[in-house]
Amino acid sequence: MTKLLQLLEEDCTLTHEQLAAMANMTVEEVDAAIKKYEEDKVILGYQAIVDWNTTDREDVTALIEVKVIPQREEGFDRIAERIYQYDEVEALYLMSGAFDFTVIISGRTLREVASFVSDRLAPLEGVTSTATHFILKKYKEKHLIFEKQAPGEREFIFV
Amino acid sequence: MNYQQIMSQRIQEVQPSGIRRFFDILEEMKDAISLGVGEPDFVTPWHIRDAGIYSLEKGRTRYTSNAGLAELRREIASYLERRFDLKYDFASQIVVTVGGSEGIDLALRCLVNPGDEVIIPVPSFVCYGPLTTMAGGTPVLLETRAEDEFRLTPELLKKAITPRTKALVLPYPNNPTGAVMERSDLEAIAEVLRGTDIMVISDEIYSELTYGMHHTSIANIPDMYERTIVINGFSKSHAMTGWRMGYVCGPKDIIKQLLKLHQFGIMSAPTVSQYAAVEAMRNGDRDIERMREEYDGRRRYLVEGLRRIGLPCFEPKGAFYVFPDIRSTGLSSDDFCERFLMEEKVAVISGTAFGPGGEGFIRCCYATSMKDIAEALTRMDNFLTNLRKKQARAAGN
Repeated sequence: MTKLLQLLEEDCTLTHEQLAAMANMTVEEVDAAIKKYEEDKVILGYQAIVDWNTTDREDVTALIEVKVIPQREEGFDRIAERIYQYDEVEALYLMSGAFDFTVIISGRTLREVASFVSDRLAPLEGVTSTATHFILKKYKEKHLIFEKQAPGEREFIFV
Repeated sequence: MNYQQIMSQRIQEVQPSGIRRFFDILEEMKDAISLGVGEPDFVTPWHIRDAGIYSLEKGRTRYTSNAGLAELRREIASYLERRFDLKYDFASQIVVTVGGSEGIDLALRCLVNPGDEVIIPVPSFVCYGPLTTMAGGTPVLLETRAEDEFRLTPELLKKAITPRTKALVLPYPNNPTGAVMERSDLEAIAEVLRGTDIMVISDEIYSELTYGMHHTSIANIPDMYERTIVINGFSKSHAMTGWRMGYVCGPKDIIKQLLKLHQFGIMSAPTVSQYAAVEAMRNGDRDIERMREEYDGRRRYLVEGLRRIGLPCFEPKGAFYVFPDIRSTGLSSDDFCERFLMEEKVAVISGTAFGPGGEGFIRCCYATSMKDIAEALTRMDNFLTNLRKKQARAAGN
C-alpha cells in the first residue's frame, strides 16, 4: 500500500487509472485507498512546487534556528503550536543538537520576514534566542531541480 | 570512380535499417511523441557519472588492458554470480566490450566460418542478421509466433537445424516483443542442443528488466555452460547507453580467440566508461531496482491502455517494449505507423523492422514519461476511432 503513497508523493496529478496500473491495484481500490488516506490525514494535502523566481512576485525565505525553554507537562508541543499557528510559518521542525526548532518562514520582502522574527517570534514566551538565515537561492526542493534543465537532447536512433 | 565495383560486395548487400526516415520526419514535427527510441529515458545515476568524472580528474586517460580493467572484470564476475548465479573467471573468461553490440559482433566473427548458418529467432533486434552476413555466415531467420508469446520453442528450433548450423542467437528478454524465456523454456531448448556442437550466443542485455520473475541465463542450464557465450552490458540495466559498455563471457578457449578480434579492432573499451562501470557494479544494484519498478508501472499502464482501446497484446514480461497486435485495423504495420505518425504525431515502430513475423504488430517503447505514454494512448484511441469511422463509411458506399 505504501507504493500508492509513494507514487502520489512523486506526482499527485497522475490519474486514478494511471495510479492503479502503476501500483498494480484496481481503480476502485485506488479510489477507496485515497479517500481513506485523506480522511485519516495520512495525506495532508496536495500542492504545487512553484519557482517564484520565474515570476514577477518577490519571494523571500528564511530558516530560523530557535532555542526555547520547554514547558512543564507540555514539553515542546505547546510552544510549537504557538509558533506554527502563524500563517507566515511554512514549516516547523523539532531538532536534535544545538538548537530546538527550525522555523521556515516565507514572505514577500526581507522586511516582512525580519519583522516577523523581531515582532512575533522572538518575543514569544519561552523563546530564548533566534538566529535567522536567509535563503539566497533554491536549487532543489522535494527532488525537483529549480534550474531550467536543457530539454532532453535525445537523438532519434534506431535500437 | 565506380565505388559500387570497388567496395565489398558483402557489405553492399546488407540492408540499412529502414527506420531512419521516420525519425527525420519526427524531428521536424512539433508536439510529436516518440514511443520509438529503445533506450532508457533515465540519465545515468549521478554516483556513476561522478566516478567517470573523477577518473578524468585523476588523469586516468590511457588504454586499459585489452580485456578491460582487471578491477572491472572482477566486479562483473561478482555481479554475475550475485544476480544470476553465473560463474566466470575474471582473468580468462570475460572481455569488456564497446557495448553489447560489439560483443555480438565478436561472438559471431569468432564462431562463423564461410557458409555456416546462424539461427536467429525473429522478431528481434536488427543487428544479428547483418552481423552474421558480414562475418561470412548465413542468417537463418526463425519466426516465433504470437500464440507462443514469441518464445522460441524446441519444435521450431529442431526444424531450423541443419548440418551447417553453427550457432543459435538467443535474444531474450526480447526487443521488440518483450518476450522472456523462463527456465522451463530454456530447458526444452537445451534438450535440443545437448550432444550437438551448436553454440548459443545469449544476448542478455535486458536481463535486469524482467517483471514478476527473475531472469535465468541459458548458461545455467545443465550442459549449456560450455556451449554458451553470454553477452551483457550496462546500457539497459544502468541507463548507460552512451558510455558504450558491454561484456562477453564464455568458455576460456573461445574467449582467448575472441580477445584477438577485440584487441586488433578496438584495443580496449573507453577507460572513462570502465571506471564508471566499476562504480555501477559496486553500488548500482539499488538503481536497477528503482528503474525497474518505474518501468513496471508504465508497462502495466501501457498494456492496460492498449487493451482498453482495442489492441490486443500479450503481457510482456521483459525489456521495455509492448508489441500489440494491430491486425484488426486491416492496415499493414508500415501503413499503421506512417499514418499514425502523420495523423496523430506519435512514432511507434513497425514490427516488420524486426524481421519477418513482425507483420501485424507494432513496437511501443515505454522507456518514456508517464505523461507521454498517457498522451500517446489518447492519440492512439483517436486514431483508431477515426480509422474505424473511415472504414465504415467506405464499406457503406
